[in-house]
Amino acid sequence: MTVVDMPTDAGHDVEVSLEANLSPARRIADHAATAAMVLSFAVAAVPLVMIIGYVFLKGGQVVDMAFLTEAIPNSYRRVGPGMGPAVVGTVIITAAASAMAIPLGVLGAIYLNEYGKQNRLARTIRFMADVMTGVPSVVMGVFVYVVWVLRFREQTGFAGSLALACLMLPIVIRTTEEMLRLVPDELRLASLALGARRWRTTLTVVLPAALPGITSGAMLAVARAAGETAPILLVTGLTFDTNWSLFEGNNTTLAAQIFRNASQPYEGAQLRAYGAAFTLILLVFACTIVARIISARFSTTR
Amino acid sequence: MTATALPPEAPSDLTSSDKGAVADRAFSGAALGAGVAILAILGLIAWATISKAWPAFAEQGFGFLTVDRWAPSQDVFGALSMVYGTFVVSAIALLASVPVSIGIALFTTEVAPRRMRSAITLVVDLLAAVPSVVYGLWGVLFVAPSVTPLFHSISNVVGDWPLLGSLFGGGGGSGRSFLTAGLILALMITPIITSVTREVLATVPRGEKDAALALGATRWEMIRGAVLPHSFGGMVGATMLGLGRAMGETIAVALTIGSSFQITTELFESGAAMPSTIALEWGESSGQHRAALIGLGVVLFAATIAVNSGARAIVARAERRMRGA
Repeated sequence: MTVVDMPTDAGHDVEVSLEANLSPARRIADHAATAAMVLSFAVAAVPLVMIIGYVFLKGGQVVDMAFLTEAIPNSYRRVGPGMGPAVVGTVIITAAASAMAIPLGVLGAIYLNEYGKQNRLARTIRFMADVMTGVPSVVMGVFVYVVWVLRFREQTGFAGSLALACLMLPIVIRTTEEMLRLVPDELRLASLALGARRWRTTLTVVLPAALPGITSGAMLAVARAAGETAPILLVTGLTFDTNWSLFEGNNTTLAAQIFRNASQPYEGAQLRAYGAAFTLILLVFACTIVARIISARFSTTR
Repeated sequence: MTATALPPEAPSDLTSSDKGAVADRAFSGAALGAGVAILAILGLIAWATISKAWPAFAEQGFGFLTVDRWAPSQDVFGALSMVYGTFVVSAIALLASVPVSIGIALFTTEVAPRRMRSAITLVVDLLAAVPSVVYGLWGVLFVAPSVTPLFHSISNVVGDWPLLGSLFGGGGGSGRSFLTAGLILALMITPIITSVTREVLATVPRGEKDAALALGATRWEMIRGAVLPHSFGGMVGATMLGLGRAMGETIAVALTIGSSFQITTELFESGAAMPSTIALEWGESSGQHRAALIGLGVVLFAATIAVNSGARAIVARAERRMRGA
């Protein structure tokens, strides 16, 4: 790790002239503190590398076209592919959740930044959105089970989408509001001065200006939702065959399959769990990295 | 997306038409509705879950939280061992994670050269992006088997010692334990504590740091004298946000804690936590048992709401004070 060595070198440049006058105790304390900071970074980075390496090593060897498309074996003992139903389930459930949470979240953020601003209601909503990001995902699962699954008497993919949408909504609202706040007021004033109404100014001037930032925030919310397990376990049930319908029949996702297979003592199940984890990590990291690229470009062009 | 779906409007009409005014009001109404949706959802969560959990609460009374016996087959639901388990794994997670997170945050803001900062941020972001079930998978299939021999040799050495013996004396059979779950949780809450701490550290005025250095302080003395006192409140808030995350984490804990309902000081023993029990028992529950699981959800919801609002309030106050200073 070359990165870890650099800061101590950089520190030396400043301290060389002072070093002679420092008492040994102070010098040692300073070096020890720097070493502790480097160490704490290593303590976090090493497990990350281990997790990713382990999943890629184990999962990489089982993931191929067949793994991604074939039905899930209905016996944990069987060795072999696949995870097709879980791939389809992850995509359609997350997509439906995004289709609900992103427009609603953006609208909510528009209220906070363009209309409510600092009034009491807006401040309450802002605070509650922050609090809502901390509500455990399993509680969202319980909630959707109570208000949706109990009413319609069936565990469906759409129930999973609802739970994921509840988890995404506060993230989308808060990141979008941050982005709207960065749009210069001059743009709004210019648009209004040309005679455009408030709604038109917001939709054609303010939103396009903030679009890259909003997109990157939404991608992060999607990444988080795609990896959620607990609500899916509670409200979408389980299937071994691909189910393209959100509203009829049980469904399953990659995350739920990882959970089910990870605790099994059989090699076949464990390998499928690794394969599913590999697929899920690629999906989630792709979203995260795209989001970072978009927001990096956004901040440099501004 | 929304921007492209605009209905065309007559641009020649400069006097305000009724149609435009209606559109304006409709739009602001829709935005208001979307904002209020947050409050509605939170209210609905509270009302719906409490009403469905009521049968269990009514039957068990306060015993739901104070009785240490969870026996679904006999309709006895005392969640004390799970409350204890949640408390212990969260405490382990915080003890391990807070120093590390503060270290990373200080490293990023005070020590690392500018070019390196984005690399550190990337590592922390990726740590946050790994889904919790993948932490669980790694924990149950890699960490638990690898720590089992370590647990055994530690308990052999310290088993008879007075204090350490009661913490690390027995257990360690499967490697799934309070300690394993707590340490994996520590990894998972490090990103949120780090990023909030980093934001708080960034608000320390440049002038105070320069003043400390100009007086001859070493970098560590500058951090201890100028940076840490200034950001203490914010770091308490960050820690509480981490606590909220740790209490609610379900899947990674479900896979690594070992699920047995017991209250013990032995950290190598397996235990159970509230969220993990909901996930593990949900499938085969019905009637009173399911009501009790929903009740666990209610307790969890109330606890995380309390911890998170406290944390947000503390962070907001700390940031306001910093900006005023």
